[in-house]
Amino acid sequence: MSTIAEKQKEIVEEFSMLDGDMEMTINYIMELGEQLPEMTEDQRSEENIVKGCQSKVWLTAADEGGKVKFIADSNTAITKGLVSLLVRVLSDEQAEDILKEEITFPQQIGMNRFIGTQRSNGFAAMIKQMKLYALALSSKTETSA
Amino acid sequence: MQVATGISVAEIRKQFPILHQEVNGKPLIYFDNAATSQTPQSVIDALVHYYQRDNANIHRGIHTLAERATTAFEATRKAAQGFINAREVEEIVFTKGTSEGINLVAQAYGRKLISEGDEIIITGMEHHSNIVPWQMLCQQTGAKLKVIPVAENGEIKLEDFEALLTEKTRFVSVVYISNSLGTVNPVEEIISKAHAVGAKVLIDAAQAAPHHPLDVQKLDCDFLALSGHKMYGPTGVGVLYGKREVLEAMDPYQGGGEMIRDVSFDGTTYNDIPYKFEAGTPNIADVVAFKAAIEFVEGIGYDFLHQHEMTLLERGKEKLYGIDGFQPIGTAENKASVISFLVDGVHPFDLGMWLDAKGIAVRTGHHCTQPLMDHFNIDGTVRASFAVYNTVEEIDTFAEALTEIVKKFRK
Repeated sequence: MSTIAEKQKEIVEEFSMLDGDMEMTINYIMELGEQLPEMTEDQRSEENIVKGCQSKVWLTAADEGGKVKFIADSNTAITKGLVSLLVRVLSDEQAEDILKEEITFPQQIGMNRFIGTQRSNGFAAMIKQMKLYALALSSKTETSA
Repeated sequence: MQVATGISVAEIRKQFPILHQEVNGKPLIYFDNAATSQTPQSVIDALVHYYQRDNANIHRGIHTLAERATTAFEATRKAAQGFINAREVEEIVFTKGTSEGINLVAQAYGRKLISEGDEIIITGMEHHSNIVPWQMLCQQTGAKLKVIPVAENGEIKLEDFEALLTEKTRFVSVVYISNSLGTVNPVEEIISKAHAVGAKVLIDAAQAAPHHPLDVQKLDCDFLALSGHKMYGPTGVGVLYGKREVLEAMDPYQGGGEMIRDVSFDGTTYNDIPYKFEAGTPNIADVVAFKAAIEFVEGIGYDFLHQHEMTLLERGKEKLYGIDGFQPIGTAENKASVISFLVDGVHPFDLGMWLDAKGIAVRTGHHCTQPLMDHFNIDGTVRASFAVYNTVEEIDTFAEALTEIVKKFRK
């Protein structure tokens, strides 16, 4: 099993312990968000805003020793927690794995029930943006190699 | 709460099946009434009855069902006429809601009777549906849109309106009650001042209809638009009132069946008002059921509605304003039962999600009034809007929940 798939499995297990309780789930999501480092003012730029999200989400990526490192933030505590899940799953991975792996955990943890369809559109926009970053970074690596 | 007529909120609540459910394991508290109100059993029954017994296309059928459907449809027109005290039943045009009513006027009146250099006035607290149709008209005609500024407390000043009025003012379109702030605007004065320069006036009464008696003859407005679903009726039905002479001067809005008298390839003659503006098969079922909503509101009466909603508003202010960091947005003196607010250091989205987890439905965001939010330099608010079936106990629960949520953000 790839590390992306493993990380997704871990998340699904963690959320299953919350037993579908909305308050416990939000609490947990917020705790996760608190652990995500804040972006600097410079990083919170217009160009790093992910379009399609209801609240503000900023996302950027860098190549760190052949792996993609994502940095993300949000202006709302709950969204930041949700964003942290995606960073956890996709950060520090090879670009080709990020492009290849299917992101299944949002459906598995019933993200729709917790964030509504509008939010999951934002989630989809975020996943798409992360894959685009991976693609951009991988082609850069190929060109320079 | 009990009044002389014997109406009680407890009895009213029993008529709303949707309220008796749990959401996220908690009893539902529905405070999103300014977005859409819930429907009483009588409205639901009317919808079901229509489809079970009377469904047919209206106006041209000669069979019994067509006759019954037509009678029921036109009975709602009569009820709507009474509801807003229109002089004539022909002055009632059915639309799918307030937005369509305003679009209809902007296009059917505006494109014919407003031209380059003319001026249209709106307020800074309009819903997008009372901004965009006029912007579109201005683009099409070269007319100019002017905006009455909104003060810090969410009110407009009549002198600011007067300062914008000129001999070029052709149209004034204003909201009666603001959906974001609850401000009740001085529409009677606005109408008379606009008429003094020869301008026509449209009143957006979407939020007013459930809270405030409407009398178009007393107001003397040229147009008034409202939505069924904001006043305990079904979605997809609205009323556009227009004075006979103004409606008659207008071109049709859309072409199709129903709105014509004779059609030939050489030319078409149009039907009389209101049918001239009702092209195609209308939303018959919802129009029919809307009558039950009008009867529901009239049955309770605006005295009770107003008194109860003011009780809720006052209780809300009393319980909420003291919460750590609570910041009301819109504190007009004359205000409907809407509390729009922010809490320092907590994003409205987080508040809305937490409240939902506790079974409390509120709205978060810009409430389709982005220019107003820009004016206050905020992205949006949390809005709790109350209806006749809400209780003071619900407000207390809401205040307790909010206090608890805010604490989570004060670590």
